[in-house]
Amino acid sequence: MEHGLLQNALVYLAAAVVAVPVAKKLGLGAVLGYLMAGIAIGPWGLGLIGEVEDILHFSEFGVVLLLFLIGLELEPKRLWSMRRPIFGRGTAQVAGVAAALTLAALALGVDWKTALIAALGLSLSSTAIALSTLGERNLMGTPTGSASFAILLFQDIAAIPMIAIVPLLGVAAAGSSGEGWIGAVKVAAVIGALVLSGRFLIGPALRAIARSGLREIFTAFSLLLVIAIALLMQSVGLSMALGAFMAGVLLADSEYRHALETDLEPFKGLLLGLFFIAVGMSVDFGVFMAQPWLILGLVAGFLSIKAGVLYLLAKAIGIPRSQQSLFAFLLSQGGEFAFVVFGAAQAAKVFSDQVAAILIVVVALSMVSTPLLLIVYDKVIAPGFRTNTRRKADEIDANEDHVIIAGFGRFGQIVGRLLAVNGVKLTVLDHDPDQIEFLRKFGTKVFYGDVTRIDLLHAAGAAHARALVVAVDDIDDSLKLVDAVRAAFPDLPLMARARNVSHYYDLMDRGVTVIERETFESALRLGRGVLQELGFGAFRARQAAQKFRLLNIQSLAKVYPFYKDKEQFVSLAVQARDELEAMFALDAEAVDAERKNSWD
Amino acid sequence: MKPPSILIVYAHPAPHASRVNRRLAQAARALPHTEVHELYERYPDFYIDVAAEQARLAAADHVVFVHPIQWYSAPALLKEWVDVVLQPGWAYGKEGKALAGKTYWLVTTTGSAQDAYSAGGPHGRPFDDYLPQFRQTAALCGMRWEEPLVLHGAHLVDDAALEAHVAAFLARLEQLSTLKIG
Repeated sequence: MEHGLLQNALVYLAAAVVAVPVAKKLGLGAVLGYLMAGIAIGPWGLGLIGEVEDILHFSEFGVVLLLFLIGLELEPKRLWSMRRPIFGRGTAQVAGVAAALTLAALALGVDWKTALIAALGLSLSSTAIALSTLGERNLMGTPTGSASFAILLFQDIAAIPMIAIVPLLGVAAAGSSGEGWIGAVKVAAVIGALVLSGRFLIGPALRAIARSGLREIFTAFSLLLVIAIALLMQSVGLSMALGAFMAGVLLADSEYRHALETDLEPFKGLLLGLFFIAVGMSVDFGVFMAQPWLILGLVAGFLSIKAGVLYLLAKAIGIPRSQQSLFAFLLSQGGEFAFVVFGAAQAAKVFSDQVAAILIVVVALSMVSTPLLLIVYDKVIAPGFRTNTRRKADEIDANEDHVIIAGFGRFGQIVGRLLAVNGVKLTVLDHDPDQIEFLRKFGTKVFYGDVTRIDLLHAAGAAHARALVVAVDDIDDSLKLVDAVRAAFPDLPLMARARNVSHYYDLMDRGVTVIERETFESALRLGRGVLQELGFGAFRARQAAQKFRLLNIQSLAKVYPFYKDKEQFVSLAVQARDELEAMFALDAEAVDAERKNSWD
Repeated sequence: MKPPSILIVYAHPAPHASRVNRRLAQAARALPHTEVHELYERYPDFYIDVAAEQARLAAADHVVFVHPIQWYSAPALLKEWVDVVLQPGWAYGKEGKALAGKTYWLVTTTGSAQDAYSAGGPHGRPFDDYLPQFRQTAALCGMRWEEPLVLHGAHLVDDAALEAHVAAFLARLEQLSTLKIG
């Protein structure tokens, strides 16, 4: 099919565009929207798409990007401080769920190998679903969010040995004993290389590319970086997602962090959407229709056991009572790793084809169930806790109480330095990498990126800023930024640099109250200097300049209502200039009137 | 032995419109060991370099304030100067001995004739009644109060009276230049 790619894209995008807003509108959440879109267009729905497995595989890159972006938010120091929850809670979750599921399977008479592998695979949850949901609900900073995250991270680590031991249990068990430690050395070498290149190679490369000023090349490099790391990790047998996560952590303290985030965010969103669609498509209704009750029973049993263990875990690790069931539901589904583990088990002949097919349907259905369970939580469970679920407002933000300066060239720098020496916390945004390099040497907190993009402002903490100083050079950028901020952060006070009078008026139109024309004050200052040089006293020169300034600002305000009318504007401006001259001429005779009575 | 040094703190908001104060400042500029420090020229924006001013004061033996009286007080910039330069612990207070023993001499002009400063006149009381603020500033800083030199109705006086006033000013400066403090 020559146009296969575009046709498929058409189907996916159309399905997403239709299903997701509808699902959101119905209060079902985006994830469920994607899943239903997938079912609708998949082989058992309209049958518009064939090669489900390829798509599933391809779209897993969305999960890789998701973890890379999460890594970016997590500096190594913070990750290190999470080592106990990751390994403690993670082990408890995987071991607890796997043990319970194994026992249940054995009780049903399943043979121990199948039971163990199935239980291990099912103990893993879906990073994509859980983290998207946490993000959607803004729960990342809560105890539920951080516990879930720690556990999901551990699952990513735990999946590697799981996939590795499956063949050992199979009939095709083979492999020399020497490969183990060679593999370990390889892994260590790759991680070492990653750490070193993160420090010494990627940073300078990002800088060089940013300096080239080609935005799309920066985006291309961001993608290239993540794909390369993911493939490298996969080549030594690590999970791509885990590798991307580590790479993200390594770049978390880079000044390009926000630029990477802004660039990759849309890809992540689309690919994750595609991933969910693929999961929806992969629900094999043929297998389901053959044994619907068995499968529904398995799904129900699996979910109740896993959610039950998670609920007990939530109690044990001190998650607030109101959120214990949320936590249990959030991690209750089977994950994308289950597909991999079961695939490996099938290949190693631990699972029969039929067992593998059934389990994959169970996992897919469990993923579909999560958004539904969360609706139950929202509608039935959460209202019972309504009184005591008020979350403390965003305690995670370290950037509170700061002033953002957008544009840190010659103008913004003076503003910034004045504020900084007076103890004002600053966040600086600029798109010029040279500028940023320079400032970083002086320890200023600087973010690289296109300041007119509202997501960068979000990332820079505009929601908690005291004020935003618009000091960018470009008039269009300045107005675009002001418009965006007015829409997204209506309460954020704006202070702006105006490049000229019409820019000044455009800023006034947008309700900016503190506006300074960039050349006006310094030109007045120079004018004062000239007057002094001509024999005016310093104070007299100052008063003259102040008077000029006052009259000028008054006439600026007077002409403002007419500035859109070109002709009237010009005639009024001429009139204002004449008035100014007349006023000064009047005073030239009676030197300065208000000083006549200085009593000699 | 180093001769006594004189610091003239000159504060006039419109020196170009002044006849008397400007003449006095001009005349003093020619004298040795005398600095004429023109506040409105040095600090037109009212932001004062306190450390520089304190160093200047510390180096002087006699401090002469030349300014018109405006609304029974000194011009605004001189008030600001006193407010920020004469710090506690430096100019007054337990450790504040920086100005102790130095001369405080007020040389000033008024717009009204002398008899306007009397009971029943527009200003209601004799001119001396308006001096305590200056006198007490000197006292708090432990400075020696020198009898003020005042020219009333400054914009009305004739040239002869102006010359006589300048001469009296220079004569008193001459006296100070031989008076060693301490």
